[in-house]
Amino acid sequence: MYRYDEYDQTLVDERVRQFRGQVARRLAGELTEDEFKPLRLMNGLYLQLHAYMLRVAIPYGLLSAVQMRKLAHIARRYDRGYGHFTTRQNIQYNWPKLEDTPDILAELASVEMHAIQTSGNSFRNTTTDQYAGVAADEIEDPRVYCEIIRQWSTLHPEFSFLPRKFKIAVTGAPNDRAAVRLHDIGLIMRRGDAGETGFEVIVGGGQGRTPFVGPTIREFLPKKHLLSYLEAIMRVYNQLGRRDNLFKARIKILVHEVGAEKITEMVEEEWRHIKDGALDLPKEEVERIRAHFAPPPYETLAAAQPAFEEKKRADGAFATWADTNVAAHKVPGYAIVNLSLKPVGGIPGDATADQMDAVADLAEHYSFGEIRVTHEQNLVLGDVRRTDLHALWRKLRDIGMATPNLGLISDIIACPGLDYCGLANARSIPVAQRISNRFADLKRQHDIGELKIKISGCINACGHHHVGHIGILGLDRKGEEYYQITLGGSADQDAAIGKIVGPAFSSEAVVDAVETVVNTYVELRQNGERFVDTYRRVGKEPFKERLYAAA
Amino acid sequence: MPLLRDGALVDDPWVTVDDGTQLPMDGPAIVSLERWQAHRDELLGRNAPLGIRLKSDQPPALIADDLDRFAVVALEFPVFRDGRAYSYARLLRERYGYRGEVRAVGEVLRDQFLFMLRCGFDALEVRDEKAVDQWREAVSEISVVYQPAADSQTPVWALRHRRSAAE
Repeated sequence: MYRYDEYDQTLVDERVRQFRGQVARRLAGELTEDEFKPLRLMNGLYLQLHAYMLRVAIPYGLLSAVQMRKLAHIARRYDRGYGHFTTRQNIQYNWPKLEDTPDILAELASVEMHAIQTSGNSFRNTTTDQYAGVAADEIEDPRVYCEIIRQWSTLHPEFSFLPRKFKIAVTGAPNDRAAVRLHDIGLIMRRGDAGETGFEVIVGGGQGRTPFVGPTIREFLPKKHLLSYLEAIMRVYNQLGRRDNLFKARIKILVHEVGAEKITEMVEEEWRHIKDGALDLPKEEVERIRAHFAPPPYETLAAAQPAFEEKKRADGAFATWADTNVAAHKVPGYAIVNLSLKPVGGIPGDATADQMDAVADLAEHYSFGEIRVTHEQNLVLGDVRRTDLHALWRKLRDIGMATPNLGLISDIIACPGLDYCGLANARSIPVAQRISNRFADLKRQHDIGELKIKISGCINACGHHHVGHIGILGLDRKGEEYYQITLGGSADQDAAIGKIVGPAFSSEAVVDAVETVVNTYVELRQNGERFVDTYRRVGKEPFKERLYAAA
Repeated sequence: MPLLRDGALVDDPWVTVDDGTQLPMDGPAIVSLERWQAHRDELLGRNAPLGIRLKSDQPPALIADDLDRFAVVALEFPVFRDGRAYSYARLLRERYGYRGEVRAVGEVLRDQFLFMLRCGFDALEVRDEKAVDQWREAVSEISVVYQPAADSQTPVWALRHRRSAAE
């Protein structure tokens, strides 16, 4: 993974000193909360319902074991013993004290981490495929370009006061695991006519109150032009993005209002002026960064691992886990292992300090000391020998991270909701927990098959409800929590925005409603269809009829 | 408003003339885009330096052909969150090669100083005289830049390889 050099380290160290000064001025009363707010927001420090919340950047979701232990230490020492992994592949702490935050940032800096631009109207953490670099279906490792983007977008002087926050996602694989079409900018690595690699550029996707699947504005961008092309997009957006209405300020609204063709024209015109200039990274810098992502020293192993197959035959629970939570690796004899942060009845994405420490140990023992955070709020060990899977599985069971539910109905994305968030209209976490409990029977979950439930506590859609196969949106109706259900969304390469099925349900009724939807699907499905396939075939009417029949 | 240039408070020879107000007979004056567009000949006939002030929805493309007429281009920050003028300043410097003063006016706060400097602003109308100390802190507290802009700082990607080439 990328390691800081003296320049990277200097920047985060200076940033800690700067923030320490800002907090001191705030605590001394030299800064009012109004004046302090934009400063703390440049360092990921929010003021929420009950306390400050600190969001720590995990660049494109990649962590070393050392960094994971530091996150555990911070949870234990400065928070209440746990952290919450987010859909931006970051982690947030819900209970830090303001006066401790400079020390927390200093602890982070000691392991090459920071909280820069995890909030505010600037570039947020660039995200990617959690299987980057190891996926069997990958064209090229996108993390090299994520790191290039990370550096270019850090404290960018021109784009630190954008109309609104800005999110970029990159994938190197045709199977989209990074929801790239739902980002302000999505980049998909493609092959050009001569077999060289470059990017398809998508602009103006997003969720929130006006969801859009982003259009492609360039089919193929040679890699050397990446930064100049991004800068051209940003310059167009910074000048023309709406600043009159917070809810219309994202680039998706600009793209929607002026049209993808016109945006393309404007970007290309701006780009004409700046391409082949100072933003072309020197080759040796690209190679320097690429070297950080060189494959670890894999052993030469046979693709077939009889011992592993034997364990599967002998142990049904292990087989279920291996079939569900383990993915294909590009190197023979290795596997990608998903660690579920969705135990039955648990809080999606939460991990205790002890769990984090244990994961760090397991990463060192089984996976070259690296961990990935997924946008679906799970963790991944990317490089595990197939022969180690059984031993790893037993240890994961011991720490409650072996629930074999990846991609199943209990693998829910949920935002923090009204339990923490000042913007929320309704709680998300308890709904996720109740659904998880209702479908606790793993056999039933496996029978239902792939089904992605995503829950947001308000229309800002941090819980990605628009792209859930079943989406749940919390509403406030005269002080009472209600939940609107959408069907048919998808965040994959076939990205789609879900459709509202009908009137919202009370908190009491919403889990029954989900179960009704699921039962309807089970009755209607044909030939091994997934939920979303059945929905696409039959539409929302059969579900609607069943849901509202009694009314 | 105190004026900060190159980190020092300086006397501001310029007068910003509101649209409804009579233009002074002589002395450097900054006028609005609207006034410039409506009274171009009259303004050019004045025997004194001229500056122009652009609102945050008035890109410098609107005056690109006339830039050599202006000794100052003042860019407005109606609120600190409105970051359009950062792009305008870079366009003035890098696209149009403007060498005169690019002045930040409006809500100009300490924590924007470094960004402004990097985007090509060389004069800031500031809230009060405390800005001198704030400037010194603000422009020195982060020494690493990751991207080229309108200033002379070298991005780290170039420094890294300059160093390795020398080794």
